[in-house]
Amino acid sequence: METSMWRALLYLVGLLIFAGVNAAWLGWCERKGAARIQRRIGPCEAGFAGLLQPLADGLKLMSKQLLVPQGVDGIIFRVAPVLAMIPAITSMAVIPFSENIGARAMELSVLLLFALASIGMISILLGGWASGNKYAIISAARSVSQSLAYEIPMLLTVITVVLISGSINLREIAIDQQGGFWHWNIFRLKNGHFLTMWISFIIFFICSVAETNRAPFDMAEAESELVAGFMTEYSSMGFGLFMMGEYLNIVVGACLTATLFLGGWDCPFGLTPGVWWFVVKIYALIFTFIWIRWTYPRTQIYRLLNLSWKILIPFSMANLLVTAALIKVF
Amino acid sequence: MSGYWSDIVTGGKSLVTGLAITAREFFRPVVTEQYPWEVPTMTPLFRGHIELIGSEETGEPNCVVCGMCQRACPSGCISLDGKKNESGKGKALTRYILDFTKCSLCGSCVESCNFNALRFSRDYNLVSFDKDDFIMDLMNRLEEQNRCKR
Repeated sequence: METSMWRALLYLVGLLIFAGVNAAWLGWCERKGAARIQRRIGPCEAGFAGLLQPLADGLKLMSKQLLVPQGVDGIIFRVAPVLAMIPAITSMAVIPFSENIGARAMELSVLLLFALASIGMISILLGGWASGNKYAIISAARSVSQSLAYEIPMLLTVITVVLISGSINLREIAIDQQGGFWHWNIFRLKNGHFLTMWISFIIFFICSVAETNRAPFDMAEAESELVAGFMTEYSSMGFGLFMMGEYLNIVVGACLTATLFLGGWDCPFGLTPGVWWFVVKIYALIFTFIWIRWTYPRTQIYRLLNLSWKILIPFSMANLLVTAALIKVF
Repeated sequence: MSGYWSDIVTGGKSLVTGLAITAREFFRPVVTEQYPWEVPTMTPLFRGHIELIGSEETGEPNCVVCGMCQRACPSGCISLDGKKNESGKGKALTRYILDFTKCSLCGSCVESCNFNALRFSRDYNLVSFDKDDFIMDLMNRLEEQNRCKR
C-alpha cells in the first residue's frame, strides 16, 4: 500500500467532506422523512425543497452566544462536544468504502471502532457531568447504563461475524462476502449460517440504534422528563457539535452494519461491485434509522435495560453457540 | 417464563405493524396547506363573524330593522339604527355595528332573523394590534361587497 503524504492528505480532506456533508444534510433528511411520515411537507422555504436549510441552521447556531453557565466545569464543558465529534470522524478512517477506497486497512479495525464508540459515550458522560445540572447528570448516568447494556449483545453478535470470516479486519470481512447476496453474512448459504445470522443482524441493528442514542432508545435526551438531557446547558455550536456527532455516529453505525452483514461494497447479484453499492446500502440503513425514530415512541429506562439483559443478551449468546457449532460441524 | 416467548412474538409483530403503518403514510399525499401561498376553503358551516345579506337586485340590506338580533344577542354586541322609508312603509337600515370583541359566535342573531338578513361570513383572517378594529361597521362591509360584485 502506498503511503505517501498526498494519499493521507487526500483521505483526510475527503473524509472530512464526507463527514461534514452527512452531518449537515442528514438533519435535512431526518426532517423531511419525519414530515413525510406525518404527512407534512417539511423544510421547503430555504432553497429548492429546503436544501439550504442546514446552512441556514448552521448560520443561526453560529450567530448565537456560546453560553457557559456559572458553576460548570469549564474545561470539560468545552471539551465534551468536540469529543462527541472526533471519535465519529476518526472511525471513518478504517471503514472500507470499496475495494480500493479506504484510508487504512488496519488489523483489529473492528476493535478500534468499538473502542472509539465508547469514547463517544464518554463525551455524553462528561457533557452531562460538567454541566452541573441535575437533568444532565441523570441523563449521563442513564446513557452510560444504556451503553453498557447494549455493548454486550453488540459485541457478542460481532463475534459471530468474526468467527465466520476468521478476521477482525473490516476490509477482509467485506472481501470474504463478495459475489452475490448469498455470500453476505446475513444470508450466508455456506455452512447453513443463514439459519442464525439474520438474528445476529437484527440484534446488531437494535444495538446500533441504542448505541447512537436514537429514538426509541433516546433515554439520554428524553425531552418530556429531562428537558434535553446532557445537552440542556449547551447553546450555539456546542449543541450543534453534539447534533453533528449524533448524525456521524449514525453514519458510522450504518457503515459498520453494511460491512459486517450486508457484504460491504458487493452487488446483490454479483455484478458491478463498487462504492456505489456501499453508498446505497448505508443510506438505506440510515433511512431505516429515521423510519424507526418516527414510528416508535420512547420506552422507559427499565424496559430498555430489560430488553437488553433479558432478551438480547441471552439470544446473542445462544446465537454465538449455534454459529460456533455450525462452523465446527461442517 | 410463560410470558417470555409470547412477549417476543407479539412484540415483534407489533413492531413490524408499526413500521408498515409509517411506511404507508410516507407515500401518501400531504394533508397540510402552505398557508400564505395556499388558502383553505372554508366548510359551509364555518362560523366567522356575522355579516349582512344584501338583496340580489339592489344590493340594499334585506334588514327591516326589527331589532330581533339585538334582543337575541346574549352579550349585547349588536347595535343598529334605522329610519322610516320615504314611502312610509317599513324601515331602512342606516347603521349596523357589531362589537366582535364580545361576540362568542353563538349564532342566536342569525337564528332569530326572520328576513334572511344575517349570515356567518367565511372570514377567518382576523388579526390586529388594535381592539377597535373589531368593532365592525357591517353596512360598510356590505357596500364593499357590493362594489366587488360590480
